[in-house]
Amino acid sequence: MAKVTVDGIEVEVPNGASALQACEAAGKEIPRFCYHERLSVAGNCRMCLVEVEKAPKPVASCAYPVMDGMKIFTDTQTVRNARRGVMEFLLINHPLDCPICDQGGECDLQDQAVAYGKSFSRYEEGKRAVKDKYVGPLIKTIMNRCIHCTRCVRFSQEVAGVPEMGATGRGEAMEIGTYVEKALTTELSGNLIDICPVGALTSRPYAFITRPWELSKIESVDVMDALGAPIRVDVRAGEVLRVLPRQNDEVNEEWLADRSRFAIDGLKRRRLDRPWVRRDGKLVAASWAEAFQAVAAGLQGKRIGAIAGDTCDAESLFALKQMLNALGSTSHDARQDGARIDASRPDFYLFNSGIAGIDDADALVIIGSNPRVESPVLNARIRRRWLAGGFRVGMIGPDAELTYAAERLGAGPQDIAAAASFLDGAERPMIILGRGALARQDGAAILKAAWDLAASTNALREDWHGFNLLHHFGGQVGALDVGFVPGEGGHDVEGMLGGGVDALWLFAADDFDVARIPAGTFIVYQGHHGDRAAARADVILPGAAYTEKDGTYANTEGRVQHGRLSTMPPGEAREDWRIIRAASQFLGVTLPFDTLDALRGEMAGNHPALARLNAGPVRGCTDSTGPAGEGALSAEPFAPAVTNYWQVDPISRASAVMAECAATYLAPQPAMAAE
Amino acid sequence: MSDRPEEKGQNQRGPDSLRDQGIGGGFEHTHAQGKAEHDQPTHFAFDEQSEREVLKFIARYPEGKQASAVIPLLYVVQKQMGRQTGSAWVPRVAMDVIAKRLGMPAIRVYEVATFYFMFNTKPIGRYHLQVCGTTPCMLRGSDDVLRACKDAGGLKGYGDTSVDGNFTLTEVECLGACVNAPILQVDDDYYEDLDYESTVRLIESLKRGERPAPGSAIGRQTSAPEGGPNTLTGVEE
Repeated sequence: MAKVTVDGIEVEVPNGASALQACEAAGKEIPRFCYHERLSVAGNCRMCLVEVEKAPKPVASCAYPVMDGMKIFTDTQTVRNARRGVMEFLLINHPLDCPICDQGGECDLQDQAVAYGKSFSRYEEGKRAVKDKYVGPLIKTIMNRCIHCTRCVRFSQEVAGVPEMGATGRGEAMEIGTYVEKALTTELSGNLIDICPVGALTSRPYAFITRPWELSKIESVDVMDALGAPIRVDVRAGEVLRVLPRQNDEVNEEWLADRSRFAIDGLKRRRLDRPWVRRDGKLVAASWAEAFQAVAAGLQGKRIGAIAGDTCDAESLFALKQMLNALGSTSHDARQDGARIDASRPDFYLFNSGIAGIDDADALVIIGSNPRVESPVLNARIRRRWLAGGFRVGMIGPDAELTYAAERLGAGPQDIAAAASFLDGAERPMIILGRGALARQDGAAILKAAWDLAASTNALREDWHGFNLLHHFGGQVGALDVGFVPGEGGHDVEGMLGGGVDALWLFAADDFDVARIPAGTFIVYQGHHGDRAAARADVILPGAAYTEKDGTYANTEGRVQHGRLSTMPPGEAREDWRIIRAASQFLGVTLPFDTLDALRGEMAGNHPALARLNAGPVRGCTDSTGPAGEGALSAEPFAPAVTNYWQVDPISRASAVMAECAATYLAPQPAMAAE
Repeated sequence: MSDRPEEKGQNQRGPDSLRDQGIGGGFEHTHAQGKAEHDQPTHFAFDEQSEREVLKFIARYPEGKQASAVIPLLYVVQKQMGRQTGSAWVPRVAMDVIAKRLGMPAIRVYEVATFYFMFNTKPIGRYHLQVCGTTPCMLRGSDDVLRACKDAGGLKGYGDTSVDGNFTLTEVECLGACVNAPILQVDDDYYEDLDYESTVRLIESLKRGERPAPGSAIGRQTSAPEGGPNTLTGVEE
């Protein structure tokens, strides 16, 4: 530790810390553009100048290591003059277009110009003009505004792992861009908007929409992938205009994947905004009362089953399960993808090492998963661990570009056992099993094989749990937590579609083969989008999407977070638990809760895990007995679980932005020369 | 993909207007920024001679540090293009080939190639006439050299390539040979102590396909005094 005095305040910072970090420890705010605590230090904006005792001139604090006994001054006349000088130079070529700039109001340059800018300009010459670049369908570039901090270059190289941005030319001709016109091949490109300190990189879908001070900001949680990133939903006039990541070092740090950020225009399209009832083979608009009567009539005397989707809140799932049980059915399943997950113990289906646990692991085997498209932010964390060194990655499954070197250990389930030698000697070995790998006939056996691999490589210890299941959506773990899997004598999805039930309650379930529903089955569709299943429904009960209800979600590591109501559901649509509560009354099995609090109380009583908010996974494994996993492993290689990252659920399928992304990124790449 | 109209505001100054004013010269003319409008070849591969040099350069750096060879390899490409097409420049496909060969991201090669003005990222003429216009050369008559290049080479000014494809004219900053000013660098060779007539003669012989010996045009031995040495002329026993 080094003792440093900042403006007379003595602080202790670790050796090797920078002067800027010491200033922050002392509570002094240092202006900066290029410095970002999660990126390497560039030291090229010069805004963070401070004075150091005995140093002949101001030093860039972000790149200046502390020494014991150093005295730093952050607010002297010299420092102020130096920063004013830097600001004047930065503004020479920066256009004065704040009134039409989307960064206006949340712009680092704007804010710091208030503190260090002059009220006039001494520069009479023309400003530099730079051609705008195309870097993909999500990012709008206005390169005149670029101040060459190179945060975007460092982000794409270091965090995203796609070194495609750079600074070409030099001096006044220096330009940030890709040189070759192309869309950045990353699922994390939205973060470039956040890290750009000026308005050079802004959101394309959000261009000219609103000003930040007009927005209501609601803290919520993302469900578009299983990471469960904490988000801030920005709302104006009942419309979700923007989603930004919040910071949680144990989950997303401060990044957010593109689907989570940009699929929100799907919340406004193809919505179910009123109940519908099928009469004489045609869906006709109905009132809620008529819809519930139709549900009661349709379910009368039938064997009932329920299939839940991937982004449902735990409360509604709990309520639906209670209602089905009260009606005498135990056929409820939330695994519409057919994943053969063993829900008998939480650590069979959780990411037990924890997302932050990736930082502690020293070897990793990925089985039947491509984390880059299944959870881009988690993949970035694996990459960071890999960059730090002393970490080897093996992969069983289809070849994929993961942004870090992964040794291919095999293609199918029969190669799992042999991966033990790869993990040999690792102190904290980690196994990531993709949920997609379980969605096949021998899924249960694969689960067992992966567990056995963990057991045989000493990954299941009291101080370390190396078995991890990577889910795909934010509602999947919550569904397993409330036990939304077939109970005693109940049918699973396969059984229900195979004629095990006469009536099906589809709760936002669209991602199974709807055509397989047997003819004559009575279908109640409760959900928010007119996607695949709604057209087959006999009664449609319009529900709420994740931004439109207060709900509990558990991420892939079992971390429980609350999503909050940001906008009201459209039209006559209602929050899902209310719909189920109302339906239960019509079905004569009135559920015993009238408020969300009562429901949560009931749920916490049954599933105490869902009441522990924002708690990370329990470290360590106390019981290494594996899942039952009967059946033999087939020789069939793993198939990619996600082939189209941008369009995977009803919301993203309704999104025009995601459709454009899919068209851009999934189109066959033209030959280099044809560009 | 810009949302703004392409026109330039009155107060804005792009590289073009610099050229219009005849100032600035420099690498902007031989460097493409962003998307290249000219014809990029569809294919590039090292030929036998280049391949030998590539191996030699790569071997100079320790394992894992092969990216250090990027500058020599860019030169190899430029020379090979000169041999094969008569225009010594570095096409983009060649930069991709280098990136692949050295195991580095392509953008890092683009950055290096566009940073150094010694690399031409656009096609140039058979001979690259690089006029030094820095103060010592200017004082010693680089304006005459420039005029001679324009007259004899059929060039309009800095950045221009002659219609016959023989010459490209570029202004460069100090070449470090001020004692022999003014200097004209043709490709890699320095021609020194030039004036209008000697420059014209030089360009005429280049046109004929001859390459006069580089060095002083007035017969000086390197930078020794004009007319021969005048100190230490005899050694006393």
